[in-house]
Amino acid sequence: MSAAEEVVTEGQAVEAVPKRAMTLGTGTSLTVLVLLLVIPLLVKNFIIFQMTMLLIYGVAVLALNILTGGSGQFSLGQSAFYAVGAYTSAILMEHAGVNYALTLPIAGLICFAFGFAFGQPALRLSGVYLALATFALATAMPQLLKLGYFEHWTGGVQGLVVTKPDAPFGLPMSQDMWLYYFTLVVTVAIYVGSINLLRSRSGRAFMSIRDNEIAASSMGVNVSLYKTLAFGVSAGITGVAGGLGAIAVQFVAPDSYTITLAISLFLGMVVGGVGWLPGSFVGSAFIIFVPNIAESISKGLSGAVFGVLLFLVIFLIPHGARQIAIVGQQLAGRLRR
Amino acid sequence: MHLTGLRTAALATVAIVCVSQSALAQKKYDTGASDTEIKIGNIMPYSGPASAYGVIGKTEQAYFDKINAEGGINGRKIKFISYDDGYSPPKAVEQARKLVESDEVLVVFNPLGTPSNSAIQKYLNGKKVPQLFVATGATKWNDPKDFPWTMGWQPSYQSEARIYAKYLMKEKPDARIGVLYQNDDFGKDYLKGLKDGLGAKASMITAEESYETTEPSIDGHIVKLKSTGVDVFISITTPKFAAQAIKKLAEIDWHPLHIVSNVSASVGGVIKPAGFENSQGILSAAYAKDGADPQWDNDPGMKKFLDFLARNYPEGNRLDGSVVYGYGVAQTLVKVLQMCGDDLTRANVMKQAASLKDFEPDTLLPGIKINTSATDFAPIEQLQMMRFKGEKWDLFGDIISGELSN
Repeated sequence: MSAAEEVVTEGQAVEAVPKRAMTLGTGTSLTVLVLLLVIPLLVKNFIIFQMTMLLIYGVAVLALNILTGGSGQFSLGQSAFYAVGAYTSAILMEHAGVNYALTLPIAGLICFAFGFAFGQPALRLSGVYLALATFALATAMPQLLKLGYFEHWTGGVQGLVVTKPDAPFGLPMSQDMWLYYFTLVVTVAIYVGSINLLRSRSGRAFMSIRDNEIAASSMGVNVSLYKTLAFGVSAGITGVAGGLGAIAVQFVAPDSYTITLAISLFLGMVVGGVGWLPGSFVGSAFIIFVPNIAESISKGLSGAVFGVLLFLVIFLIPHGARQIAIVGQQLAGRLRR
Repeated sequence: MHLTGLRTAALATVAIVCVSQSALAQKKYDTGASDTEIKIGNIMPYSGPASAYGVIGKTEQAYFDKINAEGGINGRKIKFISYDDGYSPPKAVEQARKLVESDEVLVVFNPLGTPSNSAIQKYLNGKKVPQLFVATGATKWNDPKDFPWTMGWQPSYQSEARIYAKYLMKEKPDARIGVLYQNDDFGKDYLKGLKDGLGAKASMITAEESYETTEPSIDGHIVKLKSTGVDVFISITTPKFAAQAIKKLAEIDWHPLHIVSNVSASVGGVIKPAGFENSQGILSAAYAKDGADPQWDNDPGMKKFLDFLARNYPEGNRLDGSVVYGYGVAQTLVKVLQMCGDDLTRANVMKQAASLKDFEPDTLLPGIKINTSATDFAPIEQLQMMRFKGEKWDLFGDIISGELSN
């Protein structure tokens, strides 16, 4: 059986999402942005820290969403890209004394290259096989970070402590608040960039590959290039998220970036709605807060409670937050009439 | 009648004012402490790869419940707030911040794991919140100059490894040592202690093998070590792997001098599953009594511990080393809080924790004492060597100090 036939006989892994359905309306987007700008002024530093983490994981989930929802490729290896980004930022800041803001684009570029390179062999794989290959990447990463050869830079098993930046220009805000707004700016930039990417020529190429590879290639889309490109872009954005995460948590260690993180990000994408970019942040909220809720219900059985909650979500709203948003829109439409 | 009532009321008011004034003069509180309550924060891996250690948190909770039922500490009840970090450093940071900024605890007590503690150390020291009696044996916690708000509890891995080095240099100076170690902070710290302890004779280590916790079996490493012809086998392993190693050694009929690290010296958790017949003559070192060992059944300290299990914590397993550990460390915290009296500031908690003199928790071996000072933030520094015989450990030799200055 040729590769082409295989693709045809395979069921479609990811449901087609029209590109307009990938975003929120302008009004809603602005309301959310205003809320994100105002809330930190009213809450404690700890909540601000949680919101920062929400944005950071949201960006990482968004990156996965571009890969899976956009180009239809699976990845369980996002934690590896996240780790590379985090370590790049941490090493540049602590060993080379580079400004934290400058480390982010560098982390993004390195991860882009890493993802693009990994995308080459991954081209030959699809569906569950690709998921397994990326899974291998995620399991290998913590061990690679522990290697004695790199220990001088990575700190080996002990990890690296990162200094948290102060607000610049003597702005009267706490480190946490400054970092939050800094993260917010980066997040908005990445979000807007991602939406534009998916609406552009390249984005249409991604989606045509997702919907039907053969049709896409016969229409002149360079399938292998765009597939690897999707991997690169996704890895690059994840790398920026990893860098931000290292700065916010102030610490990187191999144990922070295990397969559990990759699965959490995957979970976040599914809960938020595959292919619906705003859902990434809903998914991110799910992976940050629901474990805490599960823990408050039962300490010994927190894992089981989390499982039940996750099952309920998947069972009741299989399309994630997107489904709720669509229902909400329809209700609003009916009210207007 | 009416007058007497008034007079009593007036007297009472005067009395109350006097009492509260004198009280105001003496009592000092930081966030997390009050006349009625002391809030203690804690972070444990209740889920995730290290969830077996979650028992420590549950034991501590049970111990504080017992203290509260007996009237608390100087009349104040302990409110123990324990969160799950799943052994993930970023989650530990989130939980530490929640404890300090949202729950407003007085101290963060006994958070578990070297990676998690490394992640929160800078934050807690920056906020000047005690990170007291951390549940890890890494050596770096004893650094009062750079981190005056962080203190360890158990003997460090390095000091334990030094004790084995001392023993080997004395008893078997021509040994060829093969080391199997876990490829993480625990294994590496230990190996460093061993090499430092051997000093100029570090070349006695002729073979090193490392394994990952994710490996299902370590049999291959052991066969490889045997083939190098070493005659001392040091097993720097966590319980599951230590038991595998003991079994494999018996299986391939290899009988080197076998040393097992203290974390895996539990009779109930390691030796029994590996088989008593396979474990004869194994060496290790201990600082706490083993709940599975009948020789402590009539020991007054251990009786108190068993009584606590029976009355306050029936689901606790006496064979589980983590239960013994949790009891001992919780008892140390209670001692420190008692010493604080009415001055429950964070600074005073650290000051009192650094002024423990010859304190002996119920579950430590006889003769092992907790001593701390402003320059010594390593509470337990002594261990005793032991050899497995029959169905229990036989302690031998003196109590040895593994202090790093030696």
